[in-house]
Formats: sequence, structure tokens, C-alpha cells
Amino acid sequence: MTKSSNSNGPARQLWQFFASVKLSVVILLSLAVTSIIGTVIPQNENLMLYQRKFGDVLFTLFNALGIFDMYHSWWFRLLLFLLTVNIIVCSINRLNATWKVIFPKKPSFSAARFRQSKYRKTWTAEQSPDQLKALYAPWLARQYARFTEQSTENGFLLFGEKGRWTRLGVYAVHASILFMVAGGLMGSIFGFDGYVNIPEGESTDTVLLQNQKPEIQLDFKIVCKEFELSFYEDSGMPKKYRSRLALVKDGQTLVEQDILVNAPLRYKGINIFQSSYGKMPATNLVVTFTETASGLIYEKKAVMGAPVEMPGNAGTLTVEDFRPNFPFRGISLSNVFLCRLAPRDGEPGHIIIPADFPRFDAMRQGDFVISIANADFKYYTGLQVTRDPGVPIVYAGFILMIIGCYITFFMFHQKICVEIIAESGQTTVTAAGISAKKRPGMNAVVRRLAARLQKRAQHQQ
Amino acid sequence: MINMISSEFFSITTFIYGLATVLYAVAWIFRKSLPHKLAVGTTAVAAAGNLAGIMLRWMESYEMGIGHAPLSNLYESLVFFAFTIAVIHLFIEYRHRHRFIGVVAGPIPFLIMAYASLPKVDDAIKPLIPALQSNWLIAHVMTCFIGYAAFAIAFGVSILFLLKPTDKDAETGISSRIPDADTLDDLTHQMVMFGFLFLSIGIITGAVWANQAWGRYWGWDPKETWSLITWLIYASLLHARLMRGWQGKKIAVLSCVGFCAVIFTYFGVNLLPGLHSYQ
Ligand code: HEM
Repeated sequence: MTKSSNSNGPARQLWQFFASVKLSVVILLSLAVTSIIGTVIPQNENLMLYQRKFGDVLFTLFNALGIFDMYHSWWFRLLLFLLTVNIIVCSINRLNATWKVIFPKKPSFSAARFRQSKYRKTWTAEQSPDQLKALYAPWLARQYARFTEQSTENGFLLFGEKGRWTRLGVYAVHASILFMVAGGLMGSIFGFDGYVNIPEGESTDTVLLQNQKPEIQLDFKIVCKEFELSFYEDSGMPKKYRSRLALVKDGQTLVEQDILVNAPLRYKGINIFQSSYGKMPATNLVVTFTETASGLIYEKKAVMGAPVEMPGNAGTLTVEDFRPNFPFRGISLSNVFLCRLAPRDGEPGHIIIPADFPRFDAMRQGDFVISIANADFKYYTGLQVTRDPGVPIVYAGFILMIIGCYITFFMFHQKICVEIIAESGQTTVTAAGISAKKRPGMNAVVRRLAARLQKRAQHQQ
Repeated sequence: MINMISSEFFSITTFIYGLATVLYAVAWIFRKSLPHKLAVGTTAVAAAGNLAGIMLRWMESYEMGIGHAPLSNLYESLVFFAFTIAVIHLFIEYRHRHRFIGVVAGPIPFLIMAYASLPKVDDAIKPLIPALQSNWLIAHVMTCFIGYAAFAIAFGVSILFLLKPTDKDAETGISSRIPDADTLDDLTHQMVMFGFLFLSIGIITGAVWANQAWGRYWGWDPKETWSLITWLIYASLLHARLMRGWQGKKIAVLSCVGFCAVIFTYFGVNLLPGLHSYQ
């Protein structure tokens, strides 16, 4: 044959490169080592935080390498891609040889190979070789899918083989990886993973995405009809939170259901999860200004974001934001309003007003002590809203992985041989086994086989 | 305050594991079979006590009105970890009749139980936060720890392998008691295969649970990532065996590296930011 011309061509070399198990060890270890980076450097934070932490030079380098979102970076994806190609090429390359093992043209047993096996056990028996053969042969034929016997000069050879098909287990394991990669890819292309906070009694049809990507418009509204929270009595830890949600389209309720953590709502491929909760103030606030000099109290209505005129034309106050928790000089204040104070003459500045401490602002020693009273807090439910059409494929991969590993590890292909020899008035029996290279467990298989054979012989006596 | 009988059980169990460890050492050093038999019996008693303690703790949590399987915090996971190692160890004794396995696997449950009884490990029965109220939690934690237990034993055997002098003549005293390289290598491989299957199931049940609770089966949080790193290392080990020249020592080293990753997944990740609090 004149195959030599193309058998060394670049295509062939590339194929050989990808067909090697050495490459897969290198890729698997590279994935393991590089994955560490993303656990040491928190991922997907605000870029400004990184810049402050690492300085300009490192920041620019890391950013260029995609370290701040490394599991989605081009080089990490390249590694996954190489793994995929490696698995496919390797499987195709070996399938032919495996097929020949599973469906051999003419099955053969060779006594010589068993005699060389290091997994062997020898003992002597009372019975004659004929008696033993009559006892063992039918039993072995039941235990092993393939069974043959041969007569020798002074005894018999009994061969058994089973589990040829289990050689396909490895292909299931490798195929499962392909399923997971394919499912993951599908999810990232056709799916989304967003979140939304809805106050009790309100609704929305807009879902926000991480990383400042554009938001998603649903073709129905999510209404939070009710939110309920309960705590453990002793520890005050949250015990259960539940939202009653309704999906509404054109005034018609599509579904109405309670959701809990671990019990989401699923509707036409869209999943809504109970992921968090929080408090937000009512939209209408009452701001109280107490004049330090006179003790006079002025009350004004306010809405978030809109400036309020302070009494006596002293300037304006804007309630800008609300935080359920806010760290202040080492302690954590609850229910804090972040405000912007713009005096009529002077520089504007930011102040905080904790709703639970009306005298807090006195510390500032201004003309007025400002407090926000009667703030009416409302709970909102934090929902995770996702769509991932890849999930069934990934789950199929999961099942394939478990079944494949089980078959490969515990139901392996094995061949055994029992040799019965009459020797100087005695019968010697040897059990020996062989399996795929470097497969452990054959030792135990042979030992148990020997024990069972001995037991049967004793029973018969 | 409810009186916790389970704690008493665990203290006594710790002591019995310690006793078994000593008996194994005696049996090994003096090559005696009576202490060895006693050691096996003692380990079985300790494992039974360990299991009884777990069951009692389960019942006690119901008496407190916050009933849940005792697999929800560091203390409970340690106790379960010790139990699984003891069971796998007894299984190997029974199935393979390796005398030496007690010397490597015997001390591990003892050390784990002793660590669990340190004051810094909180042993109070705590109520479950909503995310943990799932049957997937039980499946996830159990399978992960069965996997970890197998890797722990593989680690012990690999250490023995590395301690073994390569030169036959150098084998004197204790080191001559170390079984032959093939036996150790086989056992390491078997434990890694067993552990790999269970770690895979553990990661998968965790993924299914995460998808149920948070709407994503994989989020690259440090705990998840470290369990994947562990899995990748053991996958490399399984493949490295198929290559010529990667046997014995190199495999033993990889098995030790893999177990370091297990330990980091278990404890170290708490030093990093993330969702998982303990497991
Ligand atoms: C994450 C990815 C992978 C996993 C989880 C995996 C898993 C496994 C497992 C469990 C085995 C059985 C080992 C044994 O018999 O003890 C195996 C064997 C094997 N794997 Fe992989 N594997 C992966 C990737 C790859 C890749 C990329 C290749 C490409 C070359 C590959 C090539 C092989 C080969 C050639 C065998 C031996 C099959 C035989 O004995 O007939 N694997 N793999």
C-alpha cells in the first residue's frame, strides 16, 4: 500500500495530535490550574474597584486577558474547545479498535495468556478432574456470557468472559461531556439570566441583566400579589419567604402561584425563582426639620429624587437613595436614607439619615436637625428570572455521565480461566483472570471466584 | 435547652476510634493477628456508635422543632465524613483482606472526630435557612462526602506508597511491612474510581439543586469551581494511568494533589468569597 505519502501529511499530524491521551491530561490539568484564578480574584465586579485594587498596569493587563470574567474569556473557551475536539477525535480514533474487541470475528481464548497473568490462585481438590468439570462447567456457563471448555492432556480448561459491551461505558462518559458543553453553549446563546425586585402589590415586565447588558422585555407582567416572611423564634434567622405571583397578559391571568426558595414558577420556558427579599420605603416620605436655635418643628412631604425646600429659604434637601443596611464608623445602621444637602450659601454635601434614629443628624451641628419620620416600609420580593433551553441537554449529559462512570468502573470487561489438572494422584485447580490493561479489581474477582469454586466442591462431598 | 445525648455518643465514638487506631498500630508493628481482629471489631463498634449518634441528632432536631437531616453545617458534615471513611475502610477489610488498610484508614475518622470536638467547631443544632430546605441537600452532601471519604483513603494509601523505599534492600523494620507497589497502586486506583463516581454524582446533584433554588445549574462560585478543580485533577489521574510511564509514584503524587484540592474545597474555600457557607 502507498499510504505513506498522506499518512505523514499535516492533516494526519493534526489528527494524531488531537488523538492523544497525553493532550487530554494536559488540557484537564490546565483547566484545573487556570480555574483557580477566578476563585482568588472575585469575578464580575465593578471595573473601578479592580483598578483601585491592582493599580493601572496590572489592571490593564488583567483586563486585556479577561481575568475579571475569566470563565467567559476567549482563552478559557479555547481550552474547552480543545477538550471537545480532543474527546471527539480520540473517540473516533479508538472506536474501531473497541468495536473489534466487542464483536470479534472469531472469539478466542489462549491458555498461555492466563498462565502469565499475575491474578491467579491455585489450590488442590479431592474430586477427579471429570467430577470437577461436571460441577463447574454449568455454573460458569451461567455466570459468564461466553463460555468454552477445552480438554488438555491431563485435565480441562474452562474459559469465561463477560462485560465486553462495558467497553462502551467510556464513550458514554466522553459523550456526556459533549452534551454538557453543547447544553451550556445553547443556554448562553438562547437563554438569559436576569433579576428583578418587585414591591408587594406592584408589577413589572422588565427583567434586568447582570453586567449592564440591555434589559429583557417579557411578553407578560409579573405581579407580586403578596409577600410573606417568617423568622425562627430563637435565632431570628429567616425561616421561609414566599411570594404569591401572578403572570398577567392583556388583563388576563395566565397563572397564579406561590413561589418559595427551592420551589420556582415555570411558565413556557421561563423560570421565576424566589432568590431574595428586601425592604424599600414608600414613595411618599415625611421629612422633619427641627430648628436648632428655636426648637421649632417643620414637616414637609418629599418624594425620592426630588429636592425639598428647607424652611427659612435655607437651601434644598434631596433624598437620593435608601439602604436597608449601611455601615457607619464600624457599626451597621438599618434603614438609612442617603441625602444631598444643598445650603443656599455654601458647598453642597451628602448626609445620611437613619430612619430609626431621629436625633442622629444633631451630630452634624447644623442649623436644622433633619429626620425622616413615619417612613412606611414595604417589602419587595427579589426574583431571579431565567430562560435556559440548554438544561434538558445538560441533564441528559448528567445522567449519561453517571451511568457511563458506573459501567466503566464497576462492570468492566473480564476474562477468566479455570484450569483443572490431575497431577500425581491429586487434582490441582487454578483460577486466573485478565482484563484491560491496568484495570484494578481483577485480584478480588479471581479471589472470589476461587472461594466460590472451592465452596461448591466442598458442598458436593 | 434540650439535652443532647448525641454529643455524648460522638465523644465516646471518638475515643473508640482512637482505641482502634492504637490496636491497628500494635497489630501492624508486631504482626499479630489478635490485636488486628480486635481493631476491626473496635472500628465496627465505633462506626455503629457514629451512626447511632447521627440518628439521635436527627431525632433531637425534630424535638427542637427544626427537624432536618444532620448534614447542614461543618460539624455535622465532619461527623458524617468520619462515618463514611470507617464504613469504606471496613468494606475494604472485608472485601480485599488487606491487613495494612487499618493503619492508613483507621486514624482518619479519629482525627476528624477529634477536630470536630474542638470548641471552634460549633456543634449546636441550627435551623435551616430557606435555600438549604431541600432534599437535594441530603443527596448532594451525602454523595460528596462518600467521594471525599474514598479520596481520603486513596490519599492514605498513596502516602504509604511514597514512604516505601524503592530499593528492596533498604526495606528494614517498619518499611518492610508496607505491601508491594502493585497492591498499593491498585487500591489507590480503585478508591479514586469509586470517589470519582461519587464526586461526579455530588457535583451533579449540587447543580440540579442550584438550578432549583437559584435558577442556574452552574455559577462559577468558588466552592463549585473548587469541586470542579478537584474533579479535573482526578480525571487527569485516571487518564494519566493510561499513558505509558505514568504509574506508581507519579500516580501517588497526583492522588495527594487531588486530596489537597478536596481539603481546600472543604475548608479553604471559606476564606474566599461565595455563596456556600460550609460544604
Ligand atoms: C472532562 C473530561 C473527561 C472525563 C471526565 C473523562 C473520563 C474518563 C474515564 C472515567 C475514563 C475511564 C478510565 C478508566 O478506565 O479507569 C476515561 C478513559 C479514557 N479517556 Fe477520558 N475523560 C475525559 C476526557 C477525555 C479526553 C479529552 C480524551 C481525549 C483523548 C479522553 C480519552 C480517553 C481514553 C483514550 C480513555 C481510555 C479508554 C479505554 O480504555 O478504552 N478522555 N475517560
